[in-house]
Amino acid sequence: MGSTKTWTVVAALAILLGAWLFFTRHNRASRASLPQGQTAPAPDFTLPQLNGQTLRLSSYRGQVVLLDFWATWCVPCREEIPHFMALQDKYRADGLQVIGVSMDDGPEQVRTFCQEFHMNYPVVMGNAKIGELYGGVLGLPIAFLLDRDGRVYAKHIGATKPEIIEKEVVSLLQTRPS
Amino acid sequence: MRVTGTFAKLAMLLAVMSLSASEVVAQATSIPQARQISIAELVKLLQPPEKGNPLIIQVGSHVLYSQAHIPGSEYIGPASSDVGIQQLRKRAESLGRTRLIVLYCGCCPWNHCPNVKPAYDALQAMGFRNLKVLYIANNFGADWVDKGYPTAKGD
Repeated sequence: MGSTKTWTVVAALAILLGAWLFFTRHNRASRASLPQGQTAPAPDFTLPQLNGQTLRLSSYRGQVVLLDFWATWCVPCREEIPHFMALQDKYRADGLQVIGVSMDDGPEQVRTFCQEFHMNYPVVMGNAKIGELYGGVLGLPIAFLLDRDGRVYAKHIGATKPEIIEKEVVSLLQTRPS
Repeated sequence: MRVTGTFAKLAMLLAVMSLSASEVVAQATSIPQARQISIAELVKLLQPPEKGNPLIIQVGSHVLYSQAHIPGSEYIGPASSDVGIQQLRKRAESLGRTRLIVLYCGCCPWNHCPNVKPAYDALQAMGFRNLKVLYIANNFGADWVDKGYPTAKGD
C-alpha cells in the first residue's frame, strides 16, 4: 500500500511537471499576427503530395482550412501535429481540413515521419515560392487558418496553444460561405 | 492496484517525453555566451571599415535559405541531420583553424533551434577557435528580414 501511495505521488508530480513544461513552452512562442476578423485572400497553390498526387488549395473552398507550415526537424512543429490530428478527427464532419506544408528539403524524412505518426491529413512539399506567396515563411511553425471563402482569418507564428486554434476553428465552422 | 500502476506508467511516460523534448530544444541555449554574436555585432562586422570577412554559414533548411539569407552566406544544410554535419565538416576541413566563422539558422526560436548546436559542436571538435553562432531570438524573418537588414534570395 505504501508503494502504491509512493507511485501515486510520483505520478502526480510527473503529470504536473509534464503539464508545466508543455504550457510554458507553448506560452513562449505563440502569437496571432492578424487581428481577429481581418481577412485577406489566401494565395492559391498546387503542390505535390507525398503520394504523388497534387493538391490544389482552392479545391477546399467551402471548408475551413488549417494550413500548417512545418518541418520534421522543427521541435515545436512536431509537438503541434498530434493536436492538429485530433482537430482533424473531431471536426472533419463539420468541414475542417488540415493541410500540412512541409518545408523540409526533401520528401524522404517527411514520408517516414507521416507514416510513423499515422498522420490523418494531407501533406504537401513546400518550396521557397510558396513561402514568398505567404509573406515569407522564415521561421517555423507558421499556421494559417482560412475561412470557408478561402480567406486568411488568422496567422499564428510559433507554437500555438491548441485551445486557441480550436476556438478559432469552432468559430469559423459555424459560418457559411458567402 | 492495476489501474494505479498503469496510471503511474503513463504519467512517467508523459514526463519522460516532456523532459526529452526539453533536452533537445535546450541545446542551443548551452552554447556559451562568449561564442554567441548578436545581430547588431554581425551587421557592424560586415560593414567597412570593420569588415572582418567572416565566413557565414547557414545550417538550416534550404527552403528557408532560398527565400532569404544573409548576403554572402553559404548554405550547408540542416546540421541536425547526419548529411548536414558531413557537409559542414567537408566545407570546413580545408579552412585555417583561426578563420572567423559565423554559424546561423533562424528556423525557430533560439531555444528550439535543432541546428546551431550540432554545427557548433562539430566545428569546435575540428579545432576552430574563432567560431561564433549568430543569436537569433525568434526567427530569421522576424529578427533579420523584418528589421530591414540586407538580404539575398536564391541558391
